[in-house]
Amino acid sequence: MSYEELLTQTALANEQVIVMTAENRALVRNLPGILGKRFIDTGITEQTMIGAAAGLALRGRTPVVHALAAFLTMRAFEFVRTDVGIANLPVKLSSFIPGFLSDGNGPTHQAIEDISIMRGIPNVTVFAPADEDDLVKMLPQIWESKSPAYTRINTRKTTYIHEPFTPGKAEVISEGSDVTILTYGLLFEQALIAVEMLKSEGLSVGLINMRSLKPVDEQAILKASAQSKLVVTLEDHFLTGGLYTIVAEVLLKHRTTANVLPMALNEKWFRPALLPSVLEHEGFTGKQIAEKILGYQTAHNQPQILTPEFSE
Amino acid sequence: MITVENNNYQELTDTALKVREHIIRMSTDGGCFTGASLSAVDLIVYLYNRFLNINKDNLNNPERDYLFLSKGHDVPALYGTFAELGLLEKERLKNHLLLNDHIYWHPNTKIPGIEFHSGSLGHLPSVAIGVAMDLKISGSTNKVICILGDGELNEGTCWEAMLVANAYKLDNLLFVVDRNHFQANMRTEDLIPLEPLADKFEAFGAAVKRIDGHSFAELDQAFGAFPFQAGKLNVIIADTVRGKGLPSIQERADRWFCNFNADEIEQLLLELHGQHNTTLTSETLVVR
Repeated sequence: MSYEELLTQTALANEQVIVMTAENRALVRNLPGILGKRFIDTGITEQTMIGAAAGLALRGRTPVVHALAAFLTMRAFEFVRTDVGIANLPVKLSSFIPGFLSDGNGPTHQAIEDISIMRGIPNVTVFAPADEDDLVKMLPQIWESKSPAYTRINTRKTTYIHEPFTPGKAEVISEGSDVTILTYGLLFEQALIAVEMLKSEGLSVGLINMRSLKPVDEQAILKASAQSKLVVTLEDHFLTGGLYTIVAEVLLKHRTTANVLPMALNEKWFRPALLPSVLEHEGFTGKQIAEKILGYQTAHNQPQILTPEFSE
Repeated sequence: MITVENNNYQELTDTALKVREHIIRMSTDGGCFTGASLSAVDLIVYLYNRFLNINKDNLNNPERDYLFLSKGHDVPALYGTFAELGLLEKERLKNHLLLNDHIYWHPNTKIPGIEFHSGSLGHLPSVAIGVAMDLKISGSTNKVICILGDGELNEGTCWEAMLVANAYKLDNLLFVVDRNHFQANMRTEDLIPLEPLADKFEAFGAAVKRIDGHSFAELDQAFGAFPFQAGKLNVIIADTVRGKGLPSIQERADRWFCNFNADEIEQLLLELHGQHNTTLTSETLVVR
């Protein structure tokens, strides 16, 4: 099922659902004709759209709002925080082209701090599906919840069939004693490739699709840290404030530690190009991920190299 | 709520005087936005007593009118009006700025009758739009009012919201500008000029009326005609005076926020009732 089909089905089944967009109709093109007045396009006005969504939610509606991730989170940040977060209203933020998915757009469109800033707002929950199958398995529960929710929309198709979703629970793909990769969003695809390569090198490899970044599955993180010699956090996000930070917080909260290798964007925006080239250039292909992990394993055995290299 | 015959405004005048008293009494022990809120008293008193279908029995009824106070600094006028209407116990006004209550410098929904929190300017026009849209979708004929400050009109989202209101022909929505001609610290026309303001709103597609915001007769006439143009966002520019009712602080840029001592409060109450014509020399003013 596609995102649009799921949204159509949900909105037809529930009169309270309102679909909104700040003139970003890419994935909701058929909905104006189907939903009539329950489809609201406010034009290129992310802030006003969020405020209006809060007003609609005050009247008992569940607005599912669409805009580009960078503008939904940053242009409208104070509106999300003040109108939706403080009021704790069930506004569902569908954010398009987050992370590397904005590939050729350049830094203005790169939402690589979105997890960080959205999870910083009390009441707002944060989700990041691995692919379209994961997305359509996650969204029904996200939409049914009474909480404000931010979802990184990812409609890429993969061959992986995901488990049913429970908010706050990660999807454990495999467990391993040598290394466990924790990831979310489109890098899940690359992680699958990396896992196969690492396994072919004889390593015992775990992979966890985090799915829900707030609330986060603390037990999955703690278990992976306890049973694997190395934990890798893999994300198309700034190093600060994303999964690496979440893992660090969880470990410290539980007074434990682990060898953690972060793969994220450290103090830099990524070079714009088509997605495969971006991944290659930034070092996030499955092969590069596997090589970096193997390199870290080696480096880790050499005490003089204390920290891995993250940036260019 | 308007009856054409009812053109006796003595009751409203009396209520407005009491609301001004409440505001003065709140202007101590930490203070409040005295000058900023006195300009909106007559407007708010009029709206709750004569225009809005809002009372203490229907605050949670979806079939009520909505008032959104986007100019959060006017909240003492709202609290004073709520106290006079019986939405809020008068005794609770003494809890202003105390931790054991929720009466502080900006509106919040813990106080019955407050529809949405505000304080960050330029937010409630869009929230009001969302409610107005839903009333349209739901087929409800209730009205939505959003009170804006003129200083608040510096915020781009006010104008963004007007574009959207125009696109959606929200004639159940009324923006009311408390046009006291002051920003926080100076006259609007000296900092970010707004005139010709009515022309600006009209250029955004609104139907506009400009009135004396202290004249109940003019308020009655303007609001009574709402919606004065169908299929359009309606706007009332209510020309008001900052600090209205207290000549000693009236029209003074430095009396936006006031924190007076007990003696000064007494003087101001006397001044309000016209028994003295005092001039404040207080240096207790706090600028926030």
